[in-house]
Amino acid sequence: MSSYQPAPEPGRIEGCGLSIRLGEGAEAFEAVQRLDFTVAPGEFVCILGPSGCGKSTLLGALAGHLIPCAGQLTVDDQTIDGPSPQRGMVFQHHTLLPWRSVLDNVAFGLKMQGVGKAERQRQAREMLQLVGLADFAGRWPSQLSGGMQQRAEIARVLINRPRLLLMDEPFGALDAQTRARMQELLLDIWARIHTTVVFVTHDIDEALFLADRILVMSPRPGRFIEDLHLDFPRPRCASLLTSPAFTHFKRHCLALLRHEEGRELPRLTPLGLPDADHPPLRIAL
Amino acid sequence: MTRDLKRWPVRLASLLACLLFWHVAASARLDLGLFTFTYVPTPRAVLDAAWQLLTSSAVLAHLGSSLSRVFAGYAVAALLGVSLGLLIGRSKWAEDTLLPPLEVLRPIPAVAWIPLAILMFPSSELSMVFITFTGALFPILLNTVHGAEAVDPRLVASARSLGARRWAILGEVVLPGALPSIVTGLAIGMGTSWFCLVTAEMIAGQFGIGYYTWESYTLQNYPDIIVGMLLIGVLGMGSSALVKRLGALATPWYRTQRAG
Repeated sequence: MSSYQPAPEPGRIEGCGLSIRLGEGAEAFEAVQRLDFTVAPGEFVCILGPSGCGKSTLLGALAGHLIPCAGQLTVDDQTIDGPSPQRGMVFQHHTLLPWRSVLDNVAFGLKMQGVGKAERQRQAREMLQLVGLADFAGRWPSQLSGGMQQRAEIARVLINRPRLLLMDEPFGALDAQTRARMQELLLDIWARIHTTVVFVTHDIDEALFLADRILVMSPRPGRFIEDLHLDFPRPRCASLLTSPAFTHFKRHCLALLRHEEGRELPRLTPLGLPDADHPPLRIAL
Repeated sequence: MTRDLKRWPVRLASLLACLLFWHVAASARLDLGLFTFTYVPTPRAVLDAAWQLLTSSAVLAHLGSSLSRVFAGYAVAALLGVSLGLLIGRSKWAEDTLLPPLEVLRPIPAVAWIPLAILMFPSSELSMVFITFTGALFPILLNTVHGAEAVDPRLVASARSLGARRWAILGEVVLPGALPSIVTGLAIGMGTSWFCLVTAEMIAGQFGIGYYTWESYTLQNYPDIIVGMLLIGVLGMGSSALVKRLGALATPWYRTQRAG
């Protein structure tokens, strides 16, 4: 990892009166409404909220896949006007290209920049080493386990040295043990490649374990109802999960989310509404 | 594998039984009322005729002209079918402008084009190539459209986030994503283009396997009819197998994905 160049600058996010509409005609609704928030460069922010509250929609707007209908959304004072390698996105289910080897998948971003084959493969190998997949470079994505696929996905996004790392419940489909290991791995990688992270989850433990700061979102229209700053020391390990301070915050989050129970909303995705023509983008948990 | 080997003797025996029935029926000039074996040549006569054809110089002319017609028509159909299919599958505008006329033409069997094709093209050679092309175009086109439409939108979104632009998305995501479906279309198209070619040759040809088969009928060389039929079958099967094999080589990830 010695030759790894640091990210250009972790990005600063600013949202001002941000609203995003989804759906068409009479079906249209505001998935998030008048959000005002800032995320400091290098901050690890979790957006916590129940299913369908619009947290993935906000992430989609940050990635540039969804266009806000009102308000401003900027990264380093530049308005987001489409997807960019500066803002890397990790979905709940991997989006590795099935027809490319793991190595070529990770090198994809560099290929798009026009980096030569030898150089991009060298860098991709380095990234794979970082996520612990060095021995799987030649495999097809379908030959990896779910956790490995997400690790490859993270490597593929980080090779572009993004200002923002956007994660949409990236470990939501993994089993509990793998999820815990992936969370520690993510924090470990983040300690080395310090970028701004926006991590969407509905899992309170996960948010508390990972984040510097938690923005709690209420469902439809999505609004932030709490802004929690966590100062658990880093590096964090599993013992944190049973500490009194952790339990205190967890109780607080549970209370915030509890009075929304009983309202089941359809899932939203960073690409908008789940399309009826295609299989649902994400499996309900 | 060993189970497969054990089943081969039965399969072989079944084939031999059919051959034996053919031999007996043709030798005895079996008449079943509804249809008759009176004019059906025996397997032995067919074998002799096949040998005669294969050792004559005419076989190259027949095979050569059939193969070159199929190749020309099929190549144009593959090129046009895949590129139009990708366009229609990925662009609403292309779908609205290109698909309606194609949908109108699609149900017309290629064989029904023969009279018009003879009128439209200056040479019968070109009209036969056109018939072959029409036969192969639609299976290739429709499978490509289907494949391009079914590409996971998340893959496209992800590729854009990684810096891929329009052409890179087409080449890196849409085309490979649609490829298994395109290969299916190409294999089906190969079969239909042979079918159409043979029919066209029977009507308009001067050389070619279809012409040879039809000519044998008019000249009453009955064993040659069956030689022609068998040749058509072998060539069609061989070229379809070739397309499938090449397709499997082009989509190596596909088998592991389905197995896993």
